[in-house]
Amino acid sequence: MLTSLGAFCEWLANTQFSQTLQNVSWIIPAVQSVHIVCIAIVMGSIFLIDLRLLGVAGHSQSVSSLTKRLLPWVWYALAVLLVTGSLLAIAEPVRSLMNPAFQAKMLMVLTAGFLTFYFQDVVRGDEAFWEMTPARRATAKLTAVVSLLLWVGIVFAGRWIAYMDVAFGGA
Amino acid sequence: MPFEAFFQSIEDTAIGSFMRENVLAFPLVESIHVLALTLVLGTIGMVDLRILGVSARNHSVIKLSNEIVPITWVAFVVAVITGALMFVSKATDYMSNFFFLGKMILMVLAGINMAVFEFFTWKSAKDWEVDTVAPVAARIAAALSLILWISVVVFGRWIGFTIGGAF
Repeated sequence: MLTSLGAFCEWLANTQFSQTLQNVSWIIPAVQSVHIVCIAIVMGSIFLIDLRLLGVAGHSQSVSSLTKRLLPWVWYALAVLLVTGSLLAIAEPVRSLMNPAFQAKMLMVLTAGFLTFYFQDVVRGDEAFWEMTPARRATAKLTAVVSLLLWVGIVFAGRWIAYMDVAFGGA
Repeated sequence: MPFEAFFQSIEDTAIGSFMRENVLAFPLVESIHVLALTLVLGTIGMVDLRILGVSARNHSVIKLSNEIVPITWVAFVVAVITGALMFVSKATDYMSNFFFLGKMILMVLAGINMAVFEFFTWKSAKDWEVDTVAPVAARIAAALSLILWISVVVFGRWIGFTIGGAF
């Protein structure tokens, strides 16, 4: 019986699949490399959209054409990230699933994902929605700030998964 | 070995010791490095893919590049500063690490590619800025840029696994 997350992690770590991921030395760095390239796609796209919403960059395109152009890349990259991230978690279940940095990262990914989906959904229905009234423009700017903070937080939390035990003792 | 002594002296500086001994300093600097490098690759990749005719096909290359490349440069400067801080923590180890040296060579190649593109191919950009597919010379430069920067990221990740410490 799997009575706790700890027991589940131990079971997962002992599966043949996890053992293979752990024992073939090039797999983890290779999977992490694909993971980082996909994060680059997400970060580049999200930053550009958010900076456009804040009025800092990207003035030659409307918000709707920018989201139409970039968000499909974000969703495809997130799909790959889900796969590579899962492989990394399966390779080291205890270090990831039971790690506060990992848990915080997942929470931020879910929040950022829903926020992005909602924003995109509104633009799809009405291209100029976020530019129509001062209140909507302010909401869009706030959304951009929250989005930027979340994605920066996601990158930081992702890197700190590796350091939680070193920095704070015991993950 | 004068080189070894030189890098040892870099490692022995106050900042080198701090980066090595403070348990929070290295992961914090590395996190900023990762953030910066994802923005370098994510933004330069957009320009490369536009030149290759893969994305933003109907958008002026010049406008796109003017909007995006400044972000790339800011991110690159941050990546260099944070990279240097990580380097001084273990300068001698990095200098004898295959993936670190490989990464530096790849970045020099990416720089040469960028300079050639800037000083020759880009001069005629006004003639093809709205073309879906750029001239062959521009496409070669864009493909090289993508391959080189992705390789830089991959080599960088491999440093963490070959130099010791947390990964």
